[in-house]
Amino acid sequence: MTASLLAPTGEDTTGRAGFTALSLVCENCGARFDPEPSAICLTCLGPLVPVYDPNRSLPSRAEIQTRQKSLWRYHEWLPFDGTPTLSPDSGFTPLVEAPELARRLGVARAWVKNDAVSHPTLSFKDRVVSTAINAAHTFGLDVIACASTGNLANAVAAHAARAGKPAWIFIPHDLEPAKVLNTAIFAPKLVRVRGTYDDVNRLCAQVADNFGWGVVNVNLRAYYGEGSKTMAFEIIEQLGWRAPTAVVAPMAGGALVTKLHRGFRDFAAAGLFDDSLPRLYGAQASGCAPIVRLVERGSGRIEPEIPATIARSLAIGSPADGLTAARGIADTGGWAAAVSDADLVAGIRLLAETTGIFTETAGGVTTAAALHLAKTGRLGPNDEVVLCITGNGLKTLDPLVDALPPSPLIAPKLREVAALVEAA
Amino acid sequence: MNLTIQRHTHMSLTISLPSVLSRLTDGSRALSASGATVGEAVADITRRFPSLAPRLIDDAGQPYPFVTFYLNDEDIRFSGGFTAPVRDGDELTVVSAVAGG
Repeated sequence: MTASLLAPTGEDTTGRAGFTALSLVCENCGARFDPEPSAICLTCLGPLVPVYDPNRSLPSRAEIQTRQKSLWRYHEWLPFDGTPTLSPDSGFTPLVEAPELARRLGVARAWVKNDAVSHPTLSFKDRVVSTAINAAHTFGLDVIACASTGNLANAVAAHAARAGKPAWIFIPHDLEPAKVLNTAIFAPKLVRVRGTYDDVNRLCAQVADNFGWGVVNVNLRAYYGEGSKTMAFEIIEQLGWRAPTAVVAPMAGGALVTKLHRGFRDFAAAGLFDDSLPRLYGAQASGCAPIVRLVERGSGRIEPEIPATIARSLAIGSPADGLTAARGIADTGGWAAAVSDADLVAGIRLLAETTGIFTETAGGVTTAAALHLAKTGRLGPNDEVVLCITGNGLKTLDPLVDALPPSPLIAPKLREVAALVEAA
Repeated sequence: MNLTIQRHTHMSLTISLPSVLSRLTDGSRALSASGATVGEAVADITRRFPSLAPRLIDDAGQPYPFVTFYLNDEDIRFSGGFTAPVRDGDELTVVSAVAGG
């Protein structure tokens, strides 16, 4: 039984009536297609994206502000007509000002877009699964699936459980235990695949082609990716309908940076802010940095890599959106940076110590990359910077086990506390 | 010496296509092909099914960025792209790269 969470009582129990997905267009050749669970063009195999009616009615700032605090408050820019029936309350995470982090970076102001507390699975993947699972629902696809480096597995399993849909989750065999447990608890079919994420991804492309499931980041990808735009929308609104000068975001497949770029352009085109687009900066671990290296080369193609980093959630050696992410970075005058595993652990600690926010390895990459970009002059003293923190530190504890100082062990004696205070 | 022999010998392999391309191959998703390299094998099937050519090979004679070829599960970009040598019985799988992340 599927939960119908927003539909008025007594109406359609499938949740599909009056809620439809938008048509699709190929970004490569321009061919148009009816709404369907396919992310690739029948003509040229290029990527499909939703088609929005340029004449649709768009809300004002004031109207948006009256709506529920979820990503659906921006539904005019999401790939559906009608009211969504599933996953109604993800998104609208806090934007937290971070003055001490700004001081360390040497910039005017800094904020953390804190998707480490995203509902319900503590990562920005709740956004993309919210749109993907509604797309699956409109197409009558009852089985949801994904290839994942961990956070997506958590999100698909949780959102599918709430919707009452079976889920098949495919992950690399050596994923962090917390991410495995945070998926298994929702009782999906969880399958560990011997190989890297790129091997899992290739397998899932074949699975989507053979089983008729809704594989969120394969055949539902055109709808899935649109959820990431809402992070850009929220940044603009939460800053008081203005843009920061720079945004730093992690890159795995490159979809987040690509969709941040699209989201900022969507809101600029709608007249919802007047500033220039923020410069986009992408962050990767140096053990898997194919997009950073493309940005540094300035042109050409993605050259795939075999990942070797503890930042598993960014360990995609063949990023599907690497080229478009690099273009978005170049178009906005941004740049990209790769950081070592040691630096990313220091980044996790820096973010925690300056903001009170505990992020996973990907957030450590983002923070360390921001520091690197500041030190190399890419971020300057007049900059107002948003760091997109996309996941929660409780999911990747292992790298910190030996990184933090041991805690003193004392008897329950006041004099022992006094000695510690004296030594502090 | 073996390399020289392989370069001039046409190997037989199977090429698996995504379903969206099967409408261009009379419904078949698994094609037999021959050639000494991946590029030659791909050229072989595009001779038999000419409408496949613009889907698999770009204007420069290379794979498109959004189409990935796996030779026995290995991405051919790690082994020379279309110049990667093939052996008898190999399996070449064509997969859309528009996936993941």
